[in-house]
Amino acid sequence: MEMNKKMYVARSPRIAARMLGEEMLVMSGHDSTLFTLNPTATILWQAADGATPLDEIVERRICTEFEVKPVDAMRDAEELAENLARHGILLISEQPIGKPDAPAQGRR
Amino acid sequence: MSALLQEMGERALRLGVPFSAQLDLTYRCNEQCVHCYLDHDDHGEMTTVEIKHLLTEMAEAGVFILTFSGGEIFLRKDFFEILEHARSLTFCIKLKTNAVLIREAQAARLRDLGVESIQISIYSYRHEVHDAITKVKGSLRRSINAIRFLKSQGLKVIMANVLMTENMQDYHGVRALADELGAEYTLDPTITPMMDGDRSVLNLNAGESALRELFRDEMFVGDADEFCAPPPPPDAGSLASLPCSAGHTACYISPYGEFYPCVQFPLSCGNVRQQRFIDIWRDSEQLKEVRSIRLKDLSGCSQCAHGSTCTRCPGLAFMEGNMRGPSTADCEKSFARTGIPSVNLLAKKNKATPPCLVQIQLVPAITGTRLSRGVLSMSVA
Repeated sequence: MEMNKKMYVARSPRIAARMLGEEMLVMSGHDSTLFTLNPTATILWQAADGATPLDEIVERRICTEFEVKPVDAMRDAEELAENLARHGILLISEQPIGKPDAPAQGRR
Repeated sequence: MSALLQEMGERALRLGVPFSAQLDLTYRCNEQCVHCYLDHDDHGEMTTVEIKHLLTEMAEAGVFILTFSGGEIFLRKDFFEILEHARSLTFCIKLKTNAVLIREAQAARLRDLGVESIQISIYSYRHEVHDAITKVKGSLRRSINAIRFLKSQGLKVIMANVLMTENMQDYHGVRALADELGAEYTLDPTITPMMDGDRSVLNLNAGESALRELFRDEMFVGDADEFCAPPPPPDAGSLASLPCSAGHTACYISPYGEFYPCVQFPLSCGNVRQQRFIDIWRDSEQLKEVRSIRLKDLSGCSQCAHGSTCTRCPGLAFMEGNMRGPSTADCEKSFARTGIPSVNLLAKKNKATPPCLVQIQLVPAITGTRLSRGVLSMSVA
């Protein structure tokens, strides 16, 4: 994605997901491949509502929780988002992404 | 099972999370299979509202893999409403069905809702054999049509082939049919007693010689010599191991809200109409008892040569009268596989044999390498 362009991320509606301990377990609806997301990736995943740009998610949710430089956090977040998108479990767009959007499941 | 899924199952066990559950939506059915263990009358199924509420509780409790089964799930008019709600809670959904009510529109909707897999019962590749087991003329044709609709939507279909005396010779043909249709194939040579305890259907179980032949069939078991090798004696690890996931990371809910450790384990632990799902899971005395069982506690089985490799089902043992006792169906499978009788089978034989003054019992040598066997259900991807 080009510099200065907003990246919007949304959870794919075809996935299955559940918190298990501190990690999020995600199954791709495309090929049933399983993934686990560490706590940082889980925060990004849960915030991926299609309406909030990735840089805002990083600034408000990642940088406030972890001691990490915003530039480094943004680079890691973009890499993670693109990786998840390649597996069909996250949608990426330069425009806000409307429905369908899967809810972020957590265990209370 | 993938390594990651197994790891997640182990983590769920450590955390006390009900990782997977089966919810039967109805016991009503449009087939009348000769071996079925259910009473198909409706004795007061949960309503749509009750089921949606239960699903929310199950998601909050951590259930990830959710299997909808029955009876025939598509007989519920609200099936897609329930499924839609379940997917909004991001369950990984598996369906078990005879599929005779699935046509193009239903298949497309299942794809849109992101169902993980659909398991369909197929008893034979021959229409007259399959239809005689389901007692519905034309049922095989309709199930096969449904598989084609589902595959055309890119969905994962598993053909489940329960074996019994009526269809024991047909499994190669069913496997070939699965290959032709692009479906996965699984077979199960165990007929279980009815949930009310009636054991008459067990007469349909395939006999020992048929099982022996199946267990030597390398198309299904891989290396037959390895599969049928004598088991090693149980070691400390296997003696301390759990029998299966029932009640530990898995559970079953009936259409009437009854909570059981497993669909094959009719020990009522509570009812979700009266208690929260998580409260039953955490506090049921029955579940605590099920969780306390280890191989070393089982009379007979703990001394049995098959202890380390047996597929003993605690639910079938419970239906035989003692959840800490043997499951004779599994003893018979171990015997058919290895030729070595279990402690339980020897005891039964001794009871049946008139006493004699001198009795010499042959104890087979125990050799071979440890194998992990799951012969209750053998899957071919």
